[in-house]
Amino acid sequence: MAGSVVQSSRSRDLDKLLLRPGNLIGANFEPGSQLRDDLQQYVKVLVIGAGGLGCELLKDLALSGFRNLEVIDMDRIEVTNLNRQFLFRLEDVGKPKAEVAAKRVMERVSGVNILPHFCRIEDKEIEFYNDFHIIALGLDSIEARSYINSVACSFLEYDSDDNPLEETIKPMVDGGTEGFKGHARVILPGVTPCFECTIWLFPPQVKFPLCTLAETPRTAAHCIEYAHLIKWDEVHSGKSFDPDDSEHMKWVYSEALKRAELFGIPGVTYSLTQGVVKNIIPAIASTNAIISAACALETLKIVSGCSKTLSNYLTYNGAEGLHTKVTEFVKDKDCLVCGPGVLIELDSSITLQKFIDLLEDHPKLLLSKASVTHRGKNLYMQAPPVLEEMTRSNLGVPLFDLMGKVLKDVVHVTGVASKNDKKTSCLRKLRVAFKGVDGVTDMDTASGA
Amino acid sequence: MIKLFKVKEKQREIAANANGVPPVKKQSAGELRLQKDISELNLPKTCNISFPNGKDDLMNFEVTIHPDEGYYLGGTFLFSFQVSPVYPHEPPKVKCKTKVYHPNIDLEGNVCLNILREDWKPVLNINTIIYGLFHLFTQPNHEDPLNHDAAAVLRDNPKMFEFNVRRAMAGGYVGQTYFTRCM
Repeated sequence: MAGSVVQSSRSRDLDKLLLRPGNLIGANFEPGSQLRDDLQQYVKVLVIGAGGLGCELLKDLALSGFRNLEVIDMDRIEVTNLNRQFLFRLEDVGKPKAEVAAKRVMERVSGVNILPHFCRIEDKEIEFYNDFHIIALGLDSIEARSYINSVACSFLEYDSDDNPLEETIKPMVDGGTEGFKGHARVILPGVTPCFECTIWLFPPQVKFPLCTLAETPRTAAHCIEYAHLIKWDEVHSGKSFDPDDSEHMKWVYSEALKRAELFGIPGVTYSLTQGVVKNIIPAIASTNAIISAACALETLKIVSGCSKTLSNYLTYNGAEGLHTKVTEFVKDKDCLVCGPGVLIELDSSITLQKFIDLLEDHPKLLLSKASVTHRGKNLYMQAPPVLEEMTRSNLGVPLFDLMGKVLKDVVHVTGVASKNDKKTSCLRKLRVAFKGVDGVTDMDTASGA
Repeated sequence: MIKLFKVKEKQREIAANANGVPPVKKQSAGELRLQKDISELNLPKTCNISFPNGKDDLMNFEVTIHPDEGYYLGGTFLFSFQVSPVYPHEPPKVKCKTKVYHPNIDLEGNVCLNILREDWKPVLNINTIIYGLFHLFTQPNHEDPLNHDAAAVLRDNPKMFEFNVRRAMAGGYVGQTYFTRCM
């Protein structure tokens, strides 16, 4: 009896959201204790990253009632993490972040189960990610986001009218911070823009001209990049620089210091060296807390439908005053990662050559001189001559065979499209579906779109 | 969305029983864009591209340049390209594998070409970079020096520079540095 009293008081605030109807609810909201039970017992959330954002996310999600969490992070705890990654203590330095974070949250929040994965995100099978109902991202690199985005989008399927099949959507909530600034966004592949649709939002990395580094350094950062990019190779022939090796970092620091002295430039410190080489921007605990809170809340809203979700990109800037804004970005309908692609039905006997010819007359494509690629295999390349020669023999082979005899799959083509007599080069995604295959019935649910 | 999650689970079970084709990761957007760049390459006769890892690894390739005019006429210079999965958000990493006496290329093979670093834009492509590299051989410039000595000689004594370049390409010492033959 005592147990159930504690239980109800613990979920009291959550119950207010999940048990009662409302006016600002999301689509398909069905309030009731079933919803609460499902949220706690059924829903599986993956948190990617157990750093500044990840620690906050795990804590927030656990306290929001989610009980089946997993976390993946490849890093070990460093002393410099301790000011904001509050789940870690001095004695944890050197241990895997994912493992310590999971343990600490489980110690504090009873009933929650967090499974840690101490590895790279690329080390997991794609199917691993399909096991989760929603993925929360607390990452610090474009590359990692782009990877997870492509994985989540690979589960997405479209119907023959190019509408996304709702049940194949893998929702993601992405947070990111840089100093006083941050963003939180909701990605529902096929519905809202995916990471790749809006990659242009990220400013390019600042890169100094090499000759400035070599000849006319003016700032401490120039001296550090000189040691990192030029001096390192000069001295360590063939050995590549590892930013996570502290000996390497110390070497760069001492060389940068020598160079700074030579040119009379002040300001080279070890932490600046780390900052410049690893492109670190000082992280602020409160920014992480704000952004993670927004992400955790959106996770709860998407899963339960208890409120309409952020639509779809929140920016937060606490640097000069405080500015925050929600922008509704639009999908790139031709996005190579989340877009439907052009559906093409083919007979399984069609050769690659015939397929390329067909693209020229296809009303939606009018694509001539097509090069074709399938899952990283270049089936035919128009240029350069060396690749044309290597792929020419495929032209006489049925496309169905070249694609490993799957009934439907995506191929990408590049070529010249003509529109109103104007020729433009383009890259398109095609959904190829085969018919007339003996002994196999058409399975609409099989394999990815 | 919980209802949908449950629908999905059922369907996955059915699909797995029917013909367990697991989803395979798609190519990164960077790979696809690179494939487009490569399939549209239009190189001058003086430039050749090769793919040491075969036709399915376009992310690592090599370019050879044989200048047909200028100081470097007759030489052969090999460059390696490493393309990141977030290309074209980031430029490729390009190194000169042939040791060359050149004001804008240092002895470790670092290349000072603006579009490889500070002036890179996603609208540029592999073709632009290769033309840029080719241009370095027809128009070496002393204003962006990576090899300080070579730049100074080019600026102050072009005849001497020409002599040094010929000597380096034929295989021999320029100052303290030995260059292997690349003609």
